[in-house]
Amino acid sequence: MSKDTHLLAAALAQFARLASGVTTRWIDCQPEERQRIYFANHTSHLDALVVWSSLPGHVRRWVRPVAAADYWNKSWLRHYLACNVFHAALVERSENIETASGERVAHARMLIERLLEQMGDRYSLIIFPEGTRGSGENVAPFKSGMYHLCRERPHLELVPAYIENLNRVLPKGEVLLVPVLCSVTFGPPLQVRSGEGKNDFLARTREALCRLKPQ
Amino acid sequence: MRIAVDKHLALLFGGVVGLLVIASLIGWILRSRVKSESGRATVTNLNARIRAWWVMSAIFAGTLVVGPFGSLVLFGFTSFMALREYITLTPTRRGDHRALFWSFFIFTPLQYWLIGVRWYGLFSILIPVYAFLFIPTRAALAGDTERFLERAAKIQWGLMICVYCLSHAPALLMLNIPGYAGQGAKLLLYLVLVDQMSDVLQYVWGKLAGRHKIAPTVSPNKTVEGFLGGVLTATALGMALWWVTPFTPLQAAAMSLVITLLGFFGGLTMSAIKRDRGIKDFGMMIEGHGGFLDRIDSLCFAAPIFFHVTRFFYTPPSPDFPLFRWFIAR
Repeated sequence: MSKDTHLLAAALAQFARLASGVTTRWIDCQPEERQRIYFANHTSHLDALVVWSSLPGHVRRWVRPVAAADYWNKSWLRHYLACNVFHAALVERSENIETASGERVAHARMLIERLLEQMGDRYSLIIFPEGTRGSGENVAPFKSGMYHLCRERPHLELVPAYIENLNRVLPKGEVLLVPVLCSVTFGPPLQVRSGEGKNDFLARTREALCRLKPQ
Repeated sequence: MRIAVDKHLALLFGGVVGLLVIASLIGWILRSRVKSESGRATVTNLNARIRAWWVMSAIFAGTLVVGPFGSLVLFGFTSFMALREYITLTPTRRGDHRALFWSFFIFTPLQYWLIGVRWYGLFSILIPVYAFLFIPTRAALAGDTERFLERAAKIQWGLMICVYCLSHAPALLMLNIPGYAGQGAKLLLYLVLVDQMSDVLQYVWGKLAGRHKIAPTVSPNKTVEGFLGGVLTATALGMALWWVTPFTPLQAAAMSLVITLLGFFGGLTMSAIKRDRGIKDFGMMIEGHGGFLDRIDSLCFAAPIFFHVTRFFYTPPSPDFPLFRWFIAR
């Protein structure tokens, strides 16, 4: 039941590789077809595309980026690109829901369930636990979604992917590309430890991501 | 597409192929002879370099044969890639984004287009005047003042070295040298051949006879023996090839000395930048050599000086040039 990669997705991935001149490094980790969660720092609109395209083809077609529904549902084209071309898993960001905290919890639970459903027993995800794009210099504190997701599937491998320089190719609020060379560094897989608290887990995973920063 | 290979050009190509065959044979023999760990690493790198030389020579020869358009595309692309490597390793900020966009997609193609339409006047001032003023202005309009002078200077410098300086190599095609019309391709090949052979010979002499480091803080691999041996043999080679140029044998030797010395200065200066940034190579696109900028650093320095010396001595000066009037008066 393999899912074919959309032709446009393949073309866009090739374009992203060319435009970002991306170098991919694997440190104590191999590109494998197993179910994983790739988590990366978020600095540019191109992040998901570049991480996705830096995976080998046979791995790539089982990997779905997680993207913000409020952004990707804004126009027909965006929706088509996200859902039909990249098979992205769209989620509502909780900041966009102005409700009481009880309802927030309910929303978060629904969101996790939705992601698990999208993963099935085969698909991997690319997530950006900072929640929003940063300046590219520092990695912001992680949102808790990743923790709850991993608690539900404690055997999933979490693979950190540090994206370097992509914010210089297409920074926040820019439409023109500058062809600075980028790199994506995949690090050793992590797992949630039994009994590990939310804050410890988020700090540990964030630390693992920051360690991959070149130099 | 006009394919025109004159006899001299064919001979030079034949010579390059001969050299590459000899180099490949030597590399092949060394591979089975050398046993030590460090020696093996050197030979592996040497063979990677030779393989890359085959590819680079084939591409260069191909574009040279196609005509000026081919050379302009090749050098324009090389400038673009070199600038890309340079900017990647230069810390720029969000406020530089538009200035960088202009550098890559407006100034770089424009500089090579000006060669294509033989507009020498604008070619010679586009980057040192217009881009020089434009870049800090665009960054100032973006409103970010942090490390302002440093950022502007670094972008200007990258454009000068990677685009302006390098573009003087194919600009040889637009020189009107009396008695040498339409033969600019040979002069371009001559420049690249002497410059790159100087790099190769300095490397070979350094590996075979290198004892005394010439600039230990900047480039620990460069030696006095490598420098002298490389410069002298490359100059001798340039002299022996005088028949493809508009120069006499002695003039060809002087020109080759200019090319090889400037090439050495280029390699040294770019090494200083790499050292300052804490890196060994600018890139890794060319196996065994590093990046584009690592391969052309010597050419960036040699090309503009070779161009201007040739232009000064071998093309008719403009009549209002005072020295010219003085020459005529005598």
